[in-house]
Amino acid sequence: MTIAFTPEQLAEVRRLQSLYPDKRGALLPVLHMAQETFGYISLEAEAYVAGLFGLSPAHVHEVATFYTLYFKEPKGRHVVAVCHNLSCHLAGAQDLLCHLERRLGIQRGETTEDGRVTLQAVECLCACEAAPMAQVDDRYELNLTADKLDRILEGLS
Amino acid sequence: MAETVLMRNFARPDSHTLASYRSAGGYAAWEKAKAMEPAAIVEEVKKSNLRGLGGAGFPTGMKWSFIPKTHTGPVYLVVNADEGEPGTFKDRYLLERDPHALIEGMLITARAIRSALGFIYIRGEYVQPWRRFSAAVKEAYEAGLLGRGFELVVHRGAGAYICGEETGLLSSLEGKKGWPKIKPPFPAIKGAFGQPTIVNNVETLCCVPPIIERGAAWFAGLGSKTQGGTRMYSVSGRVKRPAVYEESVSITLRQLIERAGGVSGTGRLKAVVPGGGSAPILTADEIDITMDVDGCRAAGTMIGSAGVIVMDESVSIPESLLVLARFYAHESCGQCTPCRESTGWIEKMVHRIVEGHGRKDDLDTILDVAKRGGGTTICAFYDGAIGPYISYIEKFRAEFEALCQK
Repeated sequence: MTIAFTPEQLAEVRRLQSLYPDKRGALLPVLHMAQETFGYISLEAEAYVAGLFGLSPAHVHEVATFYTLYFKEPKGRHVVAVCHNLSCHLAGAQDLLCHLERRLGIQRGETTEDGRVTLQAVECLCACEAAPMAQVDDRYELNLTADKLDRILEGLS
Repeated sequence: MAETVLMRNFARPDSHTLASYRSAGGYAAWEKAKAMEPAAIVEEVKKSNLRGLGGAGFPTGMKWSFIPKTHTGPVYLVVNADEGEPGTFKDRYLLERDPHALIEGMLITARAIRSALGFIYIRGEYVQPWRRFSAAVKEAYEAGLLGRGFELVVHRGAGAYICGEETGLLSSLEGKKGWPKIKPPFPAIKGAFGQPTIVNNVETLCCVPPIIERGAAWFAGLGSKTQGGTRMYSVSGRVKRPAVYEESVSITLRQLIERAGGVSGTGRLKAVVPGGGSAPILTADEIDITMDVDGCRAAGTMIGSAGVIVMDESVSIPESLLVLARFYAHESCGQCTPCRESTGWIEKMVHRIVEGHGRKDDLDTILDVAKRGGGTTICAFYDGAIGPYISYIEKFRAEFEALCQK
């Protein structure tokens, strides 16, 4: 894939940069854009984004690798992130994770061979009133059971 | 049940829209504040005894008054919506169900501190709250509430607990990794982009419109002697009705657990985390305390973000500590050696104990490592971590020892 934004996206980058007293403030939003566009934040994407800010690729690498939501390698078409912090732990998050690992045939942190699902165990997503829960792409899926998760998985293309 | 202040609009249809907020009397406080001198707004908030509801419990009006009077350049207002403390979910509700209350709180606060530019830093995982809040910002611009002397930028984080620490948040807002900064200088003197900055939590700012509208004395009277108002308690774990509950800050922990339907599971209480994962744990005998900043402090714990996690007798305390130890090892930003190294060591030792390969002297080693690092780091992250390390082991030592072979 060619790593380059469209002219419309470049205009959006400039708009975002203009919102901050120092345009560098827009680095996280632009990295979000880059990930949506290119699928993940490759070294090439880091170098490209660095060029848009006049920053060194090393700085962008330092930032991109600090945050958990930026993927440094290709991710699945869907990301299933199961919370395993305290309240979800008390509600059986480990059992859910083990169930998903068996069902998908992968370990947490891995992506299925067909590229459909990346499975993650993540820290508190702050929906503890509905534990156990997971984030499936953009959505919070609450009060989960193994059956409910299975149905959600079946709905993912 | 206390008077409902923060959650007053939650049950209204389309409570997230401007029309709904206005029909409930929204933005009347802003109209009133526009006629007030900035110093008078600060004074009113000081008198209300509002204290920060994000974790530290610092008096809000006093924080605002730290902006240097002689400063003539820009002042920034930053809202900390990087909710991430284990067991806390109140700000998610406010962003989704009453975003205009927060915008109104920001407008009034911006006037008080003479800020023309504000940012809200929303945790990256909060996609729906971010969309809801962004839609409300758009409405507020179209209605001329924003954009006439105060601009508001909605900024998404990217997944890092440390960015809930206010100077880590500012580093992140500036386009860097979220490393906390050495204080002093405090953000009110030198904050975002090098300018004086006030960082306040979502819930804290949502208290501001009611304070302006109904007066400091009314707000102060809702709470305890040293802390005004109600607050939103996130109650989860082994209770019958886990949810967010708005109560006076003078409610006791026992009353709060009853409010959430009482203990579930075995029905017998073993322990409670009163203020988010980083708060020292309390035993079943320690729940007759008031849930304000000073009440929890006097009991040797902290109210923090008011995330209450209830554990019944069937819960394993060592396993619970392992969950938190893994969390701290994962989320340590790596800047300060004591935190970076100790969180990893302690996770390994607790893991070994839970797996049944621990030694009894591991417990003293953990306590020793934990205590040595306290107060030696740039931010409060590690001091937060040692709360659970020490309290879980000291209060439930026999349970840990039972897992140790020798």
